[in-house]
Amino acid sequence: MPMRKLVFILAAAALLVACPALLAQENNCLECHQSFEDEDDGPSYKIVRDVHSQRGLSCADCHGGDATLDDMDEVREVKGYRGVPSPLEVPNFCARCHGDASYMHEHNPALPVDQLDKYKTSIHGRRLLGKKDTKVANCISCHGVHDIGSAKMPHSSTHPLNIPQTCGKCHADEEYMADYSIETSQVNDYAQSVHGIALLQRKDLGAPACNDCHGNHGAAPPGVTSLSAVCGNCHALEAELFNSSPHKVAFEENDYPMCETCHSNHKIVKPLDDWVGTMEPALCINCHSDDDGTRGFETADGISTAITNLVVAHREAKSILDEAIEKGMMTTDEEFRLKEVHQALVQTRTLIHAFNLDSVADKAEEGLKKAQEVEANSASLIDEYYFRRKGLGLATLFIAIVIIALYVKIKRMG
Amino acid sequence: MAGGKMKADSKLSGQAYRWIDERYGVNALVDYMGHKVVPVHKHSVLYYLGGITLFFFIIQVLTGILLLVYYRPGAESAYESVRFIISDVSFGWLIRSMHSWSANLMVLAAFLHMFSVYFTHAYRKPRELTWLTGMALLGLVLLFGFSGYLLPWNELAFFATRVGTGTAGTMPIIGEKLLVIMRGGEEVTGATIGRFFGLHVAILPGVFIVLLSAHLLFVQRQGMSEPLEWANRPTPEKKQMKFFPHFLLRDLLVWLIALNILAILAVFFPDGIGVVHWPLGTKADPFAPPPPVIRPEWYFMFAFQALKFLPPHIWFFEGELFGIVIFTVGGLVWALVPFLDRKSNAGQKSKLFKLFGILVVLFIIVMTILGYILE
Amino acid sequence: MAENKSTRRGFLELVLGGGILATLGAVFYPVIKYIIPPQAVEANLSQLKLHFKREDIEADPKKAKYFKYGRHLGIIFVTETGALRALSATCTHLDCTVQHRPDLGIIWCSCHNGKYSHDGKNISGPPPKPLTQYVVKEADGTILVSRSEA
Repeated sequence: MPMRKLVFILAAAALLVACPALLAQENNCLECHQSFEDEDDGPSYKIVRDVHSQRGLSCADCHGGDATLDDMDEVREVKGYRGVPSPLEVPNFCARCHGDASYMHEHNPALPVDQLDKYKTSIHGRRLLGKKDTKVANCISCHGVHDIGSAKMPHSSTHPLNIPQTCGKCHADEEYMADYSIETSQVNDYAQSVHGIALLQRKDLGAPACNDCHGNHGAAPPGVTSLSAVCGNCHALEAELFNSSPHKVAFEENDYPMCETCHSNHKIVKPLDDWVGTMEPALCINCHSDDDGTRGFETADGISTAITNLVVAHREAKSILDEAIEKGMMTTDEEFRLKEVHQALVQTRTLIHAFNLDSVADKAEEGLKKAQEVEANSASLIDEYYFRRKGLGLATLFIAIVIIALYVKIKRMG
Repeated sequence: MAGGKMKADSKLSGQAYRWIDERYGVNALVDYMGHKVVPVHKHSVLYYLGGITLFFFIIQVLTGILLLVYYRPGAESAYESVRFIISDVSFGWLIRSMHSWSANLMVLAAFLHMFSVYFTHAYRKPRELTWLTGMALLGLVLLFGFSGYLLPWNELAFFATRVGTGTAGTMPIIGEKLLVIMRGGEEVTGATIGRFFGLHVAILPGVFIVLLSAHLLFVQRQGMSEPLEWANRPTPEKKQMKFFPHFLLRDLLVWLIALNILAILAVFFPDGIGVVHWPLGTKADPFAPPPPVIRPEWYFMFAFQALKFLPPHIWFFEGELFGIVIFTVGGLVWALVPFLDRKSNAGQKSKLFKLFGILVVLFIIVMTILGYILE
Repeated sequence: MAENKSTRRGFLELVLGGGILATLGAVFYPVIKYIIPPQAVEANLSQLKLHFKREDIEADPKKAKYFKYGRHLGIIFVTETGALRALSATCTHLDCTVQHRPDLGIIWCSCHNGKYSHDGKNISGPPPKPLTQYVVKEADGTILVSRSEA
């Protein structure tokens, strides 16, 4: 047989033999595991939704072993086989890649690589790694495993809309948390708060979830002094006013938790105007009294009066304006002006945080003037409404006189 | 010399009369007018309808001229100027409201006038031209309404005009060209306002005045039509009334009542009543989606609804086209009724045409009601 | 008797004449008032002419002023480079009124620390959408603001 032909036959034969081996580059792990795992929650089924698998990583990339082998015993023998990590091992298991800057640079340069460092500062990290408490959260507790999704994906357990539920898996479970000295009402409280309603019901992603105030990997409650910085990330103006107010130093000295002192931490609801003042249910009198040596009591009284006056003025202006609108008059300008009154009210309420009567009173005065304008203009629109009808009445009277006189004249003419 | 019953004495009116007569010799004419009589019978009240239509037209001209002082045509100014009139100009709301109400009442009066003339067969010889000019005037009135409706350039009007001109565009052969000419382009834009405005304040008034003058001249020359039953009575039983001053004063009385009703409507219902509604609303926005309900004005509703009922195809005709053809033919028959109704011309009762008239009235009423119920 | 008749007739004529005069008065009074131009002499066209000038904006401590555009509130301001910009002044998060922060070079919403760039783009904080831009034209010191066609 000629040499060339022989080589060709040998090559073809080799390929034929190698085929199964080549084909066996497929994931044998999946093939085998899918044959006995549950379709709904078996890892080998869930893995298609996992971002790691979608990026081309295989079972062996995390668990070690060899995906081409189909015998589990052989797999366990492979050098570097890691198998299933215990809870204590999980953080390092994930950080093997996620904490390796040059490795992550190959796959997703934008992802941070400091999660493990942050975790070590968190309450969860310190208890797990320090006290060997396996009940606390590790990577898998929040991110899930085998179906890990990016936090940007709506179905992911770390998407903002799902975070309260994810944290609540432990923190809202009374039985689970029985060993610890913290409450389990946070998620429930949060759901009733303005932030919770905004995030969970209105799907406003601008509202904070648990991690926005507590951090995610470095999760810990904000310290007493850092609270206003945390709240001030969004409520910048209130924080600024507060920090230059006499309360900042006073709260620090008394170890009061800044914003939380009046606003609570999780069940933050829309503040009511009667929280400020000198009578129940005002919060000011929790500390202040008439003869406490500060100007607090009279300031609270003054602020409360200014705001109440403006609220009343706005309400009265609105009711007259509504009457003008209902009567069909052209009210665009006044509706505009009423919005400005509302704006002044919002600004007045914000200025409370400076705990300074003058600035509140000035702003409230601005709003009062505008409200009076609205009232006056709306009233004159209503007057115009009645004027029109009176004018019509008069004109009708004249015409009626002419009609009757004409009628009589006609009758007389026969 | 002064004859007849005109007071040509030392009073001021007499002096004025003599001054004019010396120069223009109006005496014969005045004498002639003095003899004009109006038949008195159970349907006499219908004689006022033409005058009421004229009254509303006069109101339209006067309020229209006043609106012209502040209205600015153009896509960037029309809406704003109407809003300005309603909210900032003294009594602007009143002038605008009277203009809108009087427009609608004029259309109503014109229709009532036409139907009363029809059912009393007043169109018969020798009044054929009066009928024809009247039909032309009705057409002009409808065009007045259609063109004026767009001028505030609000959402309501924009879509109604788009649909209306679109329907006109379905006419065979001339339809496309007609649509472009009506709209001043392919779409309804500021250019459409320009054309409609020119039509509404210049062209239509001019043509209208000419036709109206002819129409009134014919009426004055020929006198009021006598209903057949009345004409066939013996002479002593024919009650009559002199036009000057008896009928004229009664006419004036009716006009005063109409004026008062108009004023009451304008003050209490400035934006219309019920489904016949014309609030200024929001400015036209060609890019916004159409509102859920687009309505033509009520006097077009019957045609609009009838066209909606037609299936997409009838025989080999496109449904809408078929409808337009039927309406055109029907309109022609209606317009040519004086020449088709031989019996009336011969002084006999004309049951066929009476039936036709009743059918037409019923059709219009039913279609109009359905148009509003089925929205 | 004849006298009674003529006095009655005279009275009727008087009433009729008086009534007609009164009616004419009631008709012409609104017409005369209508023709007298109102305070705001012109309708606000869809291109808005602002009643203040560039100097007034620059004199403002925040280098910005607010204006009403139909039913909407707008803010016009001068940037570091001296350009005049106008945006909708209603924050796209929860409808607070935004302000100009020349110290930060941004448009800022004090309610939840939302930040926008000078061309209205939402750059930080809760606002989900940018602010609508207005077209600004300066001619002989007068400032004209209109909606952009886009």
